Amino acid sequence: MTGHDVNYDTGPDMGHDTGHHAVPLRINLLVWAALMALTAITVGVTSFDFGFLNVVVALTVATTKAGLVILWFMHLRYEGRVIRLMVFTAFVILAIAIGFTFFDVAYR
Amino acid sequence: MHEHRDYEGAKIGMWLFLFTEVLLFGGLFLLYAVYLHRYPAEFHAAGKDLSRIFGTANTIVLITSSLFMALAISALQRGKVLLSQRLVLLTVALAGVFLVNKFFEWSAKISHGIYPDSPALLKLPPGEMVFFNLYYLMTGLHGIHVIIGGAVLLYGWHLMRAGRVTPEHFVFLENGGLYWHLVDLVWIYLFPLFYLVV
Amino acid sequence: MSADAHDHPNFFQPQPGTKGGIASWIFSTDHKRIGMLYLYCIVAMFLVGLTLGFLIRLELIAPGRTIMGPQTYNALFTLHGVVMIFLVVIPSIPAAFGNIFLPIQIGAEDVSFPRLNIFSWWLYVTGAVLAVVSLVTGKGAPDTGWTFYVPFSAVTTTNVDVAVVAVFILGFSSILTGLNFITTLHRLRAPGMTWTRLPLFCWSLYATGWIQVLATPVLGITVLLIFAERVLGVGLFDPSRGGDPILYQHLFWIYSHPAVYIMILPAMGVISEILPVFARKPIFGYKMIAFSSLAIAFAGSLVWAHHMFVSGMSDTAVMVFSFLTFVVAIPSAIKVFNWVSTLYKGSIRVEPPLWYALAFIFLFSIGGLTGLVLGSAGTDVHVHDTYFVVAHFHYVIFGGLGFGLFGAMHYWFPKVYGRMYDKRIANWSCLIAFVGFNILYFPMFIIGLQGMPRRYYDYLPKYAEGHFISTMGSWVLAAGLLLMFWNLWRGIRHGKPVGRNPWGAATLEWMVPSPPPHHNFDAEPVVTHGPYDYTGVKPDA
Repeated sequence: MTGHDVNYDTGPDMGHDTGHHAVPLRINLLVWAALMALTAITVGVTSFDFGFLNVVVALTVATTKAGLVILWFMHLRYEGRVIRLMVFTAFVILAIAIGFTFFDVAYR
Repeated sequence: MHEHRDYEGAKIGMWLFLFTEVLLFGGLFLLYAVYLHRYPAEFHAAGKDLSRIFGTANTIVLITSSLFMALAISALQRGKVLLSQRLVLLTVALAGVFLVNKFFEWSAKISHGIYPDSPALLKLPPGEMVFFNLYYLMTGLHGIHVIIGGAVLLYGWHLMRAGRVTPEHFVFLENGGLYWHLVDLVWIYLFPLFYLVV
Repeated sequence: MSADAHDHPNFFQPQPGTKGGIASWIFSTDHKRIGMLYLYCIVAMFLVGLTLGFLIRLELIAPGRTIMGPQTYNALFTLHGVVMIFLVVIPSIPAAFGNIFLPIQIGAEDVSFPRLNIFSWWLYVTGAVLAVVSLVTGKGAPDTGWTFYVPFSAVTTTNVDVAVVAVFILGFSSILTGLNFITTLHRLRAPGMTWTRLPLFCWSLYATGWIQVLATPVLGITVLLIFAERVLGVGLFDPSRGGDPILYQHLFWIYSHPAVYIMILPAMGVISEILPVFARKPIFGYKMIAFSSLAIAFAGSLVWAHHMFVSGMSDTAVMVFSFLTFVVAIPSAIKVFNWVSTLYKGSIRVEPPLWYALAFIFLFSIGGLTGLVLGSAGTDVHVHDTYFVVAHFHYVIFGGLGFGLFGAMHYWFPKVYGRMYDKRIANWSCLIAFVGFNILYFPMFIIGLQGMPRRYYDYLPKYAEGHFISTMGSWVLAAGLLLMFWNLWRGIRHGKPVGRNPWGAATLEWMVPSPPPHHNFDAEPVVTHGPYDYTGVKPDA
């Protein structure tokens, strides 16, 4: 058999790596600028003491940054349903592992 | 034997591999979460000893390297091979900058006698010991990933020069890029957890 | 072996124009050859683990010292666990039969990443060699048990360092197998092979693959932490350095509980293949069985702390994890009910693979139901760390996965070798092993309930009777298994040649010659019916 038998999930665009179009320069730069701005915010916020809220703010900002990287730099926005569902599953399992451990450590 | 070319399959495989990396670090993040919950004050005190300047600088370095990586992929997809090669080299160069920074940061800590199992560390309160042990483990494991990622990208650069990664067949570079962004992603969490929230 | 050997050499024979030899095996990227490499390694390791278990039982035949000292005993049960879990049970069905048959069952030429596939076998061999090295180097063989619990594993002077590196490498090997199967199932299904026409063996390997990919890395970091604890003195689990030893147990079981589904799901897949073929009717509840595989994979990730009810974790966690444990019993029960319903009113042909499948259902049901005794926190406190656990575990893993593996061997034997073993001896060996198994493990439930702790070198006279019967059983079981392996070995060399489809099965692997040719299919198959549609399918031998 030859290479033509491997692509039926996305149709007959065999031979070339053509899943999607190149991300425009403007978008890449915008994402970068947003990441820098968020870094500035998260560093700046630390000069205020909100107690435990500092952790919440820092993790919210970090997750926003992670989302930007995953969706645009890692092209997840342009991927099909299968890969998106897979990524979602992986993070759900991670959240369960960390979250359920707190059934123990938070109630000891 | 002829080569299979399954672009989509190669990407699925790469994403699955990235999940294993996420879960590998996930075990350490789990420990971090539990110990932060148990020792908030000690983590706060110990975190003040880390250099926020170094941490912020390295964050900027890694985010920018991720931008260059993304630009390199777009350039290659548009057929600008030479530009893409240069952008990959820039990415690797920034990986080097990150490691040099890290080296100075670790050296400073070690010269103050703070490293796993050191006499000075063992005199600290338990929560601070845990903090620094986690710091060395997590940034150390991340550093290893920076080295591996840099090596993979250098190999991708070599493949472009050898004409084996091309505007038609770029999945190796794209997967190498995915790996590099994951290294960035881990740092995006390590940075606030060790340098900021505490 | 087959009539058309000259035009289409089978995968045992050299490719046209090549010489063959050992290098054409150990560097092969052919999924069938890699599967065979795994199969032979796994059988060899199984015989090693069997011998170790046999010696442990021999030591326990009477109270006090019989054939070995306590330190040797500790090393032997550690090794028995490490070898059986990491070198036999976890790779077993996926790496051997999954590799050989998953691509053929979906009409593909190979897996998605053939070179990664042989790399994973090399990692397996490296891990196996390191496990052996850990025995003979350093200051004595590891004596921690296969669970490597801290604080003991962090302070013992035995050679834990090398053993945990071996486990890390074996985990990597397992991950690569799972990653390969998931990608293959997404990308390489033949035209017409929709997800609802996928054989249930493939579904079970798909679910298994996800557990391998998402759970194994946690084991990786856990054993790395043991290594860091011992070599760097990191002390994250050391209370004197602010650490919490219970967190080790959390991390360990976040992998190792899902890992029991890595072990049992593929065996369930094999049973789902065997039953409809010999009942001559479509499997009952195809969609529910496929769905329950995914449900087990997911629910299996929610219940890990039921191994830790007496560890000192919070009562809240005990209640939550005990409740969730009952949830995971549901999809397992769905499978058992569907299997029994498949047999109901079937025109059953009794053949060796069916005997093994029936043994699986019986033993797995006992193992599963006693699992509820352990999952329920109140009763677990009584039987925790007793022989009740040992019995439960062996009923699920040996009675389940083990008999599933033997069933797979007898079911696919004619396809792999193009020959048939002696069916009469196969039936006898199944019966002897089944009887021996129950004599060996059932008394353990009883002495466990009476309070006999696991892993002890010595015991009180009141447990002597149970231990004695149990050791007797180990001889019967070993005799049955040796008879089985001898019979299969003889079948490879002298068995009667068979055609493509001796059982009359409807999945794709039975459409290709026995043994399959190098590229599996002459032309890409187009699938037009489900995997258990026996209309017009007749056994050809």
